[in-house]
Amino acid sequence: MSHVAQGRRKGGFIASFLIAPLALYLTFVIWPYVQTFGYSFTNWTGQSPTFDFVGLENYSALLEDEVFRGALWHNLLLVVFVPVITILLALFFAFMVNAGGRGGAGGVQGVGGSRVYKIVYFFPQVLSLAILAVLFGAIYRSDEGGLLNGFLTKMGLISPEHPVEWLNEPNFVLWCLLFVVVWHGVGFYLVLFSAAMQSVPKDIYEAALLDGAGRAQTFFRVTLPLLWDSVQTSAVYLGIAAMDMFVLVSTMTSGQFGGGPDHHSEVMSTVLMRNFLYFGKSGYACAMGVVMLVLTMILSLITLRATRRERIEF
Amino acid sequence: MTTVIKAPGEKAAEQSGKAGRTGERDKKRSEGVVLNVFSHGFLVLWAIMIVLPLIWLALGAFKTDAQIGGSALSWPANWHFDAFGRAWEKGIGGYFANTFIVLVFSVPLTMLFGSMAAYVLARYPFTGNRIIYYFFVSGAMFPVFLALVPLFFMVKRFDMLNTYQGLILVYIAYSMPFTVFFMHSFFRTLPTAIYEAAVIDGASDTRIFFQVMLPMAKPGLISVGIFNVLGQWNQYILPAVLMQPQTSGEPERYMLTQGLVQLQYQMGYETDLPVLFAGATIAIIPMLAVYLSFQRQIQAGLTSATLK
Repeated sequence: MSHVAQGRRKGGFIASFLIAPLALYLTFVIWPYVQTFGYSFTNWTGQSPTFDFVGLENYSALLEDEVFRGALWHNLLLVVFVPVITILLALFFAFMVNAGGRGGAGGVQGVGGSRVYKIVYFFPQVLSLAILAVLFGAIYRSDEGGLLNGFLTKMGLISPEHPVEWLNEPNFVLWCLLFVVVWHGVGFYLVLFSAAMQSVPKDIYEAALLDGAGRAQTFFRVTLPLLWDSVQTSAVYLGIAAMDMFVLVSTMTSGQFGGGPDHHSEVMSTVLMRNFLYFGKSGYACAMGVVMLVLTMILSLITLRATRRERIEF
Repeated sequence: MTTVIKAPGEKAAEQSGKAGRTGERDKKRSEGVVLNVFSHGFLVLWAIMIVLPLIWLALGAFKTDAQIGGSALSWPANWHFDAFGRAWEKGIGGYFANTFIVLVFSVPLTMLFGSMAAYVLARYPFTGNRIIYYFFVSGAMFPVFLALVPLFFMVKRFDMLNTYQGLILVYIAYSMPFTVFFMHSFFRTLPTAIYEAAVIDGASDTRIFFQVMLPMAKPGLISVGIFNVLGQWNQYILPAVLMQPQTSGEPERYMLTQGLVQLQYQMGYETDLPVLFAGATIAIIPMLAVYLSFQRQIQAGLTSATLK
């Protein structure tokens, strides 16, 4: 296509199509992100229009903020465990669904009803986090009315007089939240990995089978390497999600914007929101935002580096 | 270029794989049975872990408050829909309407603006093309709440806090990265010959877009549309910050997700838990309906979006 002759007319067309989307995007997405950096160097309260430039004061205050340091630690725990557990479960289920069927089909036949599994497993993904908060709030109830405690009492594992206070137990609360994220995410990644597995040409599997590879060998030597790109992308996405966690923590745990009991489930996003909307420390909250952004990018890079393999084309 | 994995193809591939060798079959079969029991066991277990809590939640709407507090495994004693009625009156109806109003505008506009930008970026080489594209797409990398503080004041400056139009504009803006990314790869796959034929017929660029390209991109539009509906319907953080009444006289324009969380706090005090369970069930049912009717497109769309 030659564009030279109609260059000017084309330019007008291109501009007219880009202007509205770009304007909205710049105003509400890019500019606020940029502003976060600027505000992070001020003592802005958010209420008054005036503020002073304080340099790196907010950042040095962050280093000494016990609550924020605890939140950071919790986020790091989640960033490690959420992707690892979710991806392992999703890979396991995807392999079962796609290759767990009877032999004779080159070891690549799915179990019966694999479509049904994919439909059911994916469903939590379309539920809003607010629904998850209500649902799991009820499941983790601290009396016998909670589903979990109800089951455990029924099985005689705990006495009805002393049910477990899941979300009020400092040692449990974070893991309870972690389970919700895994429960929510496994189906999505199962579907993702399934699609990747199905895009692998069948003759590769047949060749492996002819060479005498068992099912486990087929998985580790053939399927997994060919899926590596998807696994890598998933790890990055799950890592980003584990940096967030705002909705679940703020709605399911005790305290202003969650984080309880006694900051044991605190994550950076809840500390940020509390400082912004409750303590009126907007500049300080912005500094937290910047730290989170930088950490997210570093973690993404580390994940991509650590999981780097030679790309296999097929 | 995207490689769209289509469901019909799976079948054919599976069948071609079936033409196996009979010699090793018996050995493989016995191994298969063991593995089948094993794999089905885990698969069924996880399926139960997903379905059971949801059924349990829905049943809660038919229990009495005392029953819910007493034992989790009690069978409902109150087979009436009164809890649903109370939940609706407690505001779920209004929150439902609010969410609906916002989405009726935000989803079509998201699709329109997203497709326009993606189309131009995918098919017209010009200086800055790549930069603008990455600009759009990079937004997906950053968690929303990093921008929340300035965003709040940006919307406030436009005097659009706690208004539908404010939230609509923000939803459109935050849906751009995914929509542009997805539609971009879709428009790239459309054949050039059709564009050239339309040019020879004397159609303008704008006309080609609306009358030729957009209809051709329909499968892609449907997939992205569903994702945008789900994403915007389920959004919580943006309305939680932007849709709070600013003065006591202002009406509550809570979205459904916000309203549900609100209901959770409220019912904790008023001890009417069946209402909460009914409210949550009301919020789940449309999602279940949308999901079951479109699950093919959702799974195919997800696949083509992520497996480039």
